[in-house]
Amino acid sequence: MSARVAMDTATPLVGGTGETGTIPGAQELTIGVVQFPGSLDERDAMRAVTLSGAQAVALWHGSESLFGVDAVILPGGFSYGDYLRCGAIARFAPLMTAVVDAAKGGMPVLGICNGFQVLCESHLLPGALIRNDHQKFVCRDQDLVIENAETAWTRDFAAGQTITIPLKNGEGGFVADTPTLDRLEGEGRVIARYHELNPNGSQRDIAGITNEAGNVVGLMPHPEHAVEAGFGTDSALGMRAGVDGQPFFTSVLTSLLQK
Amino acid sequence: MGRIVVEVMPKPEILDPQGKAIGTSLERMGLTGFSAVRQGKLFHLSVDGDVTEEALATAREAATSLLSNPVIEDVVSVRAADDQVDDR
Repeated sequence: MSARVAMDTATPLVGGTGETGTIPGAQELTIGVVQFPGSLDERDAMRAVTLSGAQAVALWHGSESLFGVDAVILPGGFSYGDYLRCGAIARFAPLMTAVVDAAKGGMPVLGICNGFQVLCESHLLPGALIRNDHQKFVCRDQDLVIENAETAWTRDFAAGQTITIPLKNGEGGFVADTPTLDRLEGEGRVIARYHELNPNGSQRDIAGITNEAGNVVGLMPHPEHAVEAGFGTDSALGMRAGVDGQPFFTSVLTSLLQK
Repeated sequence: MGRIVVEVMPKPEILDPQGKAIGTSLERMGLTGFSAVRQGKLFHLSVDGDVTEEALATAREAATSLLSNPVIEDVVSVRAADDQVDDR
């Protein structure tokens, strides 16, 4: 005997929303998640937004309007099949003009993995991401140290905090010239560093960076894959119980509500 | 039918894992004697008629804006192809 249960995709399948989804006023906020041809993680990113308590809005790359969203997430995946260079073609998608303008105006923008590559190609963030130095695709639960807990996307963390979120990339090696690296470190713009193991040859173990204003963040690992117990990373609490990615999505709500 | 050739290479100081993998493979095949292998990109931009200065200027802009990323790559050359080929 089995009972058919109607399930709203917006409600958690396992566990509860826990400490997320309880920020007063969050339900009024809309976070756009951009879909490029070849994007892969936009559904997970939208679910992470929903679980954080805000409304997720799917945005199409071919559109020229952001439809009034309060923040934008560029998700992971392989936009345009990674043709030419990762993120190089997506950067010229019609919607990106609006995203770049909004980002320069202070709108919070988070680029995850391929989204990080798009942000670098768009010159919203310095540096570039090249093929992993060991030439292999890597997929693992990755430890990170949060270095800057003051950006729009990291303020719900504590500086120095170690977190674990999934990492999966073939071209995640962050590179920039030495003056740029020195400037990023000197200005506290490295938001997260790989802890104990550098999975892709990123210079100075850099996993994520921010722009000068702290509203644009690029991150190679995937916080949206660790927001829901049962579907997160393996942790001391149990298999796939790790939800260390949640604060990225609540941080932006805190930032927007304090404006 | 004219053709413009754009050549892009990874900057010398940037690690080139693809070139490295190719180099290792060559060595395994017994094709030794190369101290390094680096992999770049070659683009053919075809135009109707002859390659004009204007077309070359547009190609140079394409080379620096989309075809290469100045952080990691150099545009080595943007030139009209000297041979005449039909563009199939």
